[in-house]
Amino acid sequence: MSWLTNTLSPVGLSWFGGFLTSSIGKKVLMALTGLFLISFLPIHLLGNLYLMKDDGGRDFNLYAEFMTHNKIIKAVSYTLYLSIVLHAIQGLLLWRQNASARGQNYAVKVTRAVGTNARAATRMGWLGTILLIFILLHMYQFWLQMKLGNVPMSSYGGEVIKDLYTPVMVAFADPIFVVIYVVSMIAIAFHLWHGFQSAFQTLGLNHSKYTPFIKFLGKAYSVLIPAGFAVIPIYVYGDTMGWWKIGCGCDGVWDRAECMIECI
Amino acid sequence: MEIYFINLKLFNFVNSSTINFSTFFAMENMHLKLKIWRQGGKFAPKGEFVTYELDNVSEHMSFLEMLDVLNEKLISQREEPVAFEHDCREGICGTCSMVINGHPHGPNAGTTTCQLHMRFFKDGDTVTIEPFRAKSFPVIKDLVVDREAFDRIIQAGGFISASTGQAQDANAIPVSKELASASFDAAACIGCGACVAACPNASAMLFVSAKVSHLALLPQGKVEAKRRALAMVKQMDQEGFGNCSNITACEAECPKGISVENIARLNREYISAAFAFEEKEDKGGGAG
Repeated sequence: MSWLTNTLSPVGLSWFGGFLTSSIGKKVLMALTGLFLISFLPIHLLGNLYLMKDDGGRDFNLYAEFMTHNKIIKAVSYTLYLSIVLHAIQGLLLWRQNASARGQNYAVKVTRAVGTNARAATRMGWLGTILLIFILLHMYQFWLQMKLGNVPMSSYGGEVIKDLYTPVMVAFADPIFVVIYVVSMIAIAFHLWHGFQSAFQTLGLNHSKYTPFIKFLGKAYSVLIPAGFAVIPIYVYGDTMGWWKIGCGCDGVWDRAECMIECI
Repeated sequence: MEIYFINLKLFNFVNSSTINFSTFFAMENMHLKLKIWRQGGKFAPKGEFVTYELDNVSEHMSFLEMLDVLNEKLISQREEPVAFEHDCREGICGTCSMVINGHPHGPNAGTTTCQLHMRFFKDGDTVTIEPFRAKSFPVIKDLVVDREAFDRIIQAGGFISASTGQAQDANAIPVSKELASASFDAAACIGCGACVAACPNASAMLFVSAKVSHLALLPQGKVEAKRRALAMVKQMDQEGFGNCSNITACEAECPKGISVENIARLNREYISAAFAFEEKEDKGGGAG
């Protein structure tokens, strides 16, 4: 990878190319892009929670309209696309390089680990590949269709905006898509279980005073955020199947408490 | 009076219902099935597993002594003995290696192969013995691998450039207890290469981080800390070891319990050196 060092040489940054192509530099790139992607997840989740609101998709569509037209968010989104590309390419390269560093495999191999899950930690490449396929599918299905304008239009208060809610609802009513979505969320949970705390270790942040907290936060995060994402398609699918219908015709998560009180 | 006392103890022991007398002594004479990697010599140049049966293995033997017994048996049968490395046999030289049942230095934590005793195995066990596996540690013969890559990493910067003269008085350089302990913990690394053997990526980061930490934490080593971190990591990468992905298998298998906190320190040292240190070429000359 000396091409990077050579490319950066005319601008006096050959040392930076050397850093990025060193084993530690490669991991620092993985850690920084990984942490940025981690920070994006709760924002995405908050928006998705509008999908469970029983308003015909009004708030979700207004949120999608805001996210696609705000200039700051647009700038951040380009950083996000770049992070996904760098994290994926670098990850795949590291996976290949690390797999070949062993040479011959052991006849008997047991991997023990300290303070992380060895099963997740040794399968980051596989988990990442599942996530990459999911992200590509996800972006083709929603992001690209939104960009190309292949979505219906809806009018809210005189303003006509793209209706992303409808294609999402169609997808979430498909059991195959719901299974793919939930399996991908399980993959992301395992990926983060190791990745969250691993990123801090790579950046040199390991201290007996705060590392236990980082590890706790990482475990909580890797369970709660993917669980939050996974609940939405399950809820929507259940809603179309009428699973949540209980006495008095009460329906929907938001109005259920109110409805139940009236019912009683 | 004393004789009476001993007799009473023996009497109690023999009649104790909690100790089964026969199994207690059966441990003395184990039979093992050894599946050993043989490579080179009259065996396949690419290596193969050969199974040996060994009787009369005492629980008091160390693992290496058990292999000595096997080799004596092989020699008496005019067969080629198993090549394996050993030196001090007291857990401090880092020469003994081999992966036993999937664990470098065997299944016990914090133990080198030479200090692993046969009492941790059971009569009739099958024990699989392989060399340390890494592209950077090519097999020389049987269980012996070439670990010179570690020597070249040390040569790249794992030292303090000391001028001539006597060592100065210890009290002249104040070192806090915390730093001295952290440095000593890192210095416990015996450079055996179990971290590389254990790492699913065959990464040498724990070894390099232990050497970098051991020196960087002390005033004598701090002077060259940045140059050292850059040079040792560069050499490590050139040797073809894998990249660290914080699996921590190295710490789990390290016979000296070296912590991955050292890897975090190496990362800090390396990142700060990469961004804030430039080695100036020595042009010679100067005053005088």
